[in-house]
Amino acid sequence: MSVVLSLAFSGVALGAIYFLAASGLSLIYGLMDVLNFAHGMFMTLGAYAGWDVATHLPISWGGAWLLVIEIGAAVVGGALAAAITELVLIRPLYGRPLAQVLVTIGLDLAAVALLLGGFGSNSLTLPVPLWSIEASRIGNVILPHSDFIAIAAGIVVVVALEWFLRRTRYGITIRAGVENREMVRALGIDVGRAFTLVFVIGGAMAGLAGLLYSVVFSGDLVSPLQGDSLLIFAFIVVVIGGLGSIRGSAVAGLIVGLVQDFANYYLGAHAGLAQFGNLSVVLLLAVVLEWRPRGLFGRAL
Amino acid sequence: MKTPRIGLIVGACATLLALVLPFIGLHVPWILPGVVDVVNSTGTLDVLALCFVFAGVALGYDVMFGYTGLLSLGVVLHFAAGVYIFDIALTLWHWPLFLALSWTAAVALALGLVVGAVSLRVSGIAFTMVTLAFAQAFYYLIEDNPHGLTGGDDGLSLFSNRLPSFLSGAVSNTRSLYWVALGFLVVTGVVVWVVTESSTGHVFVAIRDNERRVEVLGLRPFGFKLAAYTVSSLIASAGGVVYVLLIGTAVPSAVAATTLTLSIVIMVVLGGAASRWGAVTGGILYIYLQQYLVKVAAEPTFASLPAFLRVPLSQPQFLLGAIFVIFVLFVPGGLAGALLRLRMARARRKMAAAK
Repeated sequence: MSVVLSLAFSGVALGAIYFLAASGLSLIYGLMDVLNFAHGMFMTLGAYAGWDVATHLPISWGGAWLLVIEIGAAVVGGALAAAITELVLIRPLYGRPLAQVLVTIGLDLAAVALLLGGFGSNSLTLPVPLWSIEASRIGNVILPHSDFIAIAAGIVVVVALEWFLRRTRYGITIRAGVENREMVRALGIDVGRAFTLVFVIGGAMAGLAGLLYSVVFSGDLVSPLQGDSLLIFAFIVVVIGGLGSIRGSAVAGLIVGLVQDFANYYLGAHAGLAQFGNLSVVLLLAVVLEWRPRGLFGRAL
Repeated sequence: MKTPRIGLIVGACATLLALVLPFIGLHVPWILPGVVDVVNSTGTLDVLALCFVFAGVALGYDVMFGYTGLLSLGVVLHFAAGVYIFDIALTLWHWPLFLALSWTAAVALALGLVVGAVSLRVSGIAFTMVTLAFAQAFYYLIEDNPHGLTGGDDGLSLFSNRLPSFLSGAVSNTRSLYWVALGFLVVTGVVVWVVTESSTGHVFVAIRDNERRVEVLGLRPFGFKLAAYTVSSLIASAGGVVYVLLIGTAVPSAVAATTLTLSIVIMVVLGGAASRWGAVTGGILYIYLQQYLVKVAAEPTFASLPAFLRVPLSQPQFLLGAIFVIFVLFVPGGLAGALLRLRMARARRKMAAAK
């Protein structure tokens, strides 16, 4: 039982990170029909921004603030990269969704190569406070502190995003745009500004996801390719949850995180495949598509 | 504006030139990708052979992407399947060449049909994401080295005494392997030409332009989309077989990574989607630049550049990605599109002059 609870806890933490990565993608797609490959780049840049800021701080800054500053840097870094991407590359291509997808593909390839050239292919170690490496125990259930951070971040973002999308003027514009973009435009509302905003929000969440992924799941390591491998799971979460649905991303993120975690533990050892968790997620995707091609919460495609 | 005759003549001449290239010992400075500046040096022929392989794969991918409008990001799954199934049959099971080839073809066909059928349950962007996910799953599977079949991250070198002597040992047989790669490209070209000119091929284009209309005409798009997917994936698998003969080893990060899929998309878009010569030119140009830029980055004068120039310029992938972004922004339709606009402009000028 304690094993099940420990697994469930880390699965939820993984799900929270998937949600952070996927919800931005889903919003961007819902509003703009852009499948944003550069989301992987935003995640990687977020992690690198955190690393860069942390290495410039004096060594004595070892406390909890270190992590807060890193998270802040990741969020700002991701948002900034997203804003520049939208304004410089996506904006000139409005009305050509395929060209927009292709441009983000080229950008992602170029950015990964640049990071490989600048920082080398070896992983960098992110300085973190000692507290986040430790774990608590309740009975025999192990609760790593870094998982708490991911879950807390996920909850904060879900609440903030729901509030923003339901209670603020811009949020309502975005939701209306996801529902029916032409109608919003016909009402004389500037959808272009909403496009940039959605990219900035998505980029900020991606930056956060990238940094948290390093802290929670890759032993505080930062590497140029981490964003791209996370991106593929984010895609899977978006499709299972339903394109354009935040709630779908949240539910699907949790499901995918839990399935992956449990499959890794129980099936990984038996099937002799260390990657069985990853395979099980793709299998889950195939099953969901056969049963409900538009995803759990999606509109008809 | 259709000029199949001119295209055919240029293509035939290019093929003929490529065919006799290994006999031309011409010294050409600067532009060759090999270390030695001679046209038929081993290094240059190796790079050209690789160019042909990916030009063929890009051409096959264009059937699905350019002609049918399916942005699949799973083409690398079928490429890697060709590489590994063939490699395993020869190296681990010691099968004779013919049997290994037939087995690879059968499995590749089944894989194309099954993965295609499941992925085509969804359309549009969801299809793109799903194909990407399947390709990534395949990557994980190979990386895991199930039952010691794939060698995991270390890869699986091709080693077989059942191969005819002119195909084994990559170093001594550069020429014959070069011809095999060229043959693959020519056969692919003929197949793609026949498919896209056939009535089925015209339905592909109709689906790309307006799927609903095809349905209204009483045709089921699913079957045609599956056909396009399967043709593309079979060509990709065949390319994988030639690739592993040429390179002599299969490593997951080189043959199954998402980066390779994205590269193939870039090749087609650079050359011009839904253009046969475009895809071939794009494929050749991409691989050539990739290899050539590596050579340039290794030059001693290069090391004296300041870091902010040297670091980006030493990464071929960065330069190719940047070129691609510029193309998408400023050259819609790729090289083929640019050529078409040039011709149109000339025709317009002629008409204006005639008046």
